[in-house]
Amino acid sequence: MLQLTDEKIKWLEEKARDIRISVIEMLVEAGSGHPGGALGMADIFTILYFGILKHDPTNPMWEERDRLVLSNGHICPVYYATLAHAGYFPLEELKTLRKFGSRLQGHPDRRFLPLLETSSGPLGSGLSQAAGMCLADRIDNGKYSYKQFYCIISDAELEEGNIWEAIMLSAKEKLQNLTVIIDRNNIQIEGYTEDIMPLEPLKQKWESFNWHAQTINGHNFKEIVEAVGQAQAVFDRPSVIIANTISGKGVSFMENKYEWHSKLINKEEGEKAIEELKNA
Amino acid sequence: MLNQNLKLNTKLFDADVEKISTRVGFGEGLVMAGDQNKNVVGLCADLNESTQMYLFARKYPERFVQVGVAEQNLVTIASGMAAMGKIPFAASYAVFSPGRNWEQIRTTIAYNDRPVKIVGSHTGVSVGADGGTHQALEDIALMRVLPNMVVLSPCDAIEAKKAIVEAVKINKPVYIRLAREKTPIITTGETPFEIGKSSIFYAPPMTAQVGIIATGPLVYNAIMAAKNFAQKGVPIKVLNISSIRPLDFEAIKNLAKEAGAIVSVEEHQVVGGLGSAIAEVLVQNYPVPMELIGVHDQFGQSGTASELIEYYGMGVLSIEAAIERVIKRK
Repeated sequence: MLQLTDEKIKWLEEKARDIRISVIEMLVEAGSGHPGGALGMADIFTILYFGILKHDPTNPMWEERDRLVLSNGHICPVYYATLAHAGYFPLEELKTLRKFGSRLQGHPDRRFLPLLETSSGPLGSGLSQAAGMCLADRIDNGKYSYKQFYCIISDAELEEGNIWEAIMLSAKEKLQNLTVIIDRNNIQIEGYTEDIMPLEPLKQKWESFNWHAQTINGHNFKEIVEAVGQAQAVFDRPSVIIANTISGKGVSFMENKYEWHSKLINKEEGEKAIEELKNA
Repeated sequence: MLNQNLKLNTKLFDADVEKISTRVGFGEGLVMAGDQNKNVVGLCADLNESTQMYLFARKYPERFVQVGVAEQNLVTIASGMAAMGKIPFAASYAVFSPGRNWEQIRTTIAYNDRPVKIVGSHTGVSVGADGGTHQALEDIALMRVLPNMVVLSPCDAIEAKKAIVEAVKINKPVYIRLAREKTPIITTGETPFEIGKSSIFYAPPMTAQVGIIATGPLVYNAIMAAKNFAQKGVPIKVLNISSIRPLDFEAIKNLAKEAGAIVSVEEHQVVGGLGSAIAEVLVQNYPVPMELIGVHDQFGQSGTASELIEYYGMGVLSIEAAIERVIKRK
């Protein structure tokens, strides 16, 4: 497992900050999109692509890569920005987000960017796909395959029925190589999750569905790495990591405000946000 | 006259013609496909017996996934398996799949162009006693509207078996439409089958006055109607369309040019199904008078298969009446 020295943590913090700045620049340029979740998940994407995932930016379709399915496709600006910072494509291309002919479609789209594991946006079906990938791998490589399968979902996405079908099946099939990370930011388009459709007690729900469940601070690299290590040490069931995050993290006027789930960032707001990120 | 270049069943007109359901053809075809290709996997939503998936599940338990009564999961799990190189066959009743899970099929299978084979059994009113909730009459429309999707509708159990084997060979999403009821065996093992191609099954040795274009087990009724007209000296050809998408445009245009009038026959809503697909070809290429046999803006109900086929206007007499109407419009 990855050893996080203070030096490495500092490096990761700077990387996450750069990714957040890219996210703001992209969304200002695009004139629409979803800032809240994208900023909130920047730390998790950073540690995944710069510490946890087995992947190769010079060979995106490497057969032995770990698979990551982004189910809540609307936070794709952070996904694209992380991929660019990791070397999958030039940083310059990030400015094409949501524009005609761009590989960086408004929601992740394999037709334009085939290195994505799936196209997503319609909520609730990413976990089934990750589970299907894991099942297929088990048929080929057996129960002790070293390939890992990750699925990132949003909290409000758990209002979809499809996802509970996948939760049941993954536990039934004891998909030990499957790890779900929930972006638990408590907000969705029209308000707070607990007002719109309460999800709590969330950890107990997963546990009662026979999943190994952990709750962590989704902005703490050490906690994320330890939780993923724990998840992979569990051999008889799939794992879920409930990552408490702050939507809009790093930009004070956006933090924890559901209004910023999908709101246009104007030029002045963008400049203010980048200033704040740079000075943090 | 049956087109014997196609080696069709010579006993088709016997009173005791052999009858097997297309779903049985699927079950046997999937085992065959599984024997030929180790990447073939099966998924079912608690309907192993009725979809005949059990034959595959019994032979290849390690390549079978029971997903429970969860059709949205059925196709999205299949999509994930296809992403890892598998060729999944996901079976259920068509009202549930592709009925309940259409968006999942659209985004995770058609949009991603994953080679998942969606098997929809129990289509049409011939489902019978279970009633209208279980009789899929909209599935062709739901699937043929999707880019990348191939739509197959075999006319008998033998064609169903071939459709399964061929579906494995194309790296595309495929929908395969099946029926519950035992229906006459029209083809033989030697009858050619090719995705995207159709065949004239019945052709009197004269220029046709009407062309019938039919799909699924109702091809039998279409042939019976054409035979009755042949006895009255009116030549009518029957074109079997088992590949609804891609559609054999040339064969449809050629038949319209020869006969100057078309009757479509399907056990589906006439809106959005085969008849609509043919009309789309004709209006853009060679407009001729056309009558559409199928279900007209209604849901089904309980009864026997033959009672319901008659009641909803898809029996031999209804087809004959449509032929009379279309001849008058020429």
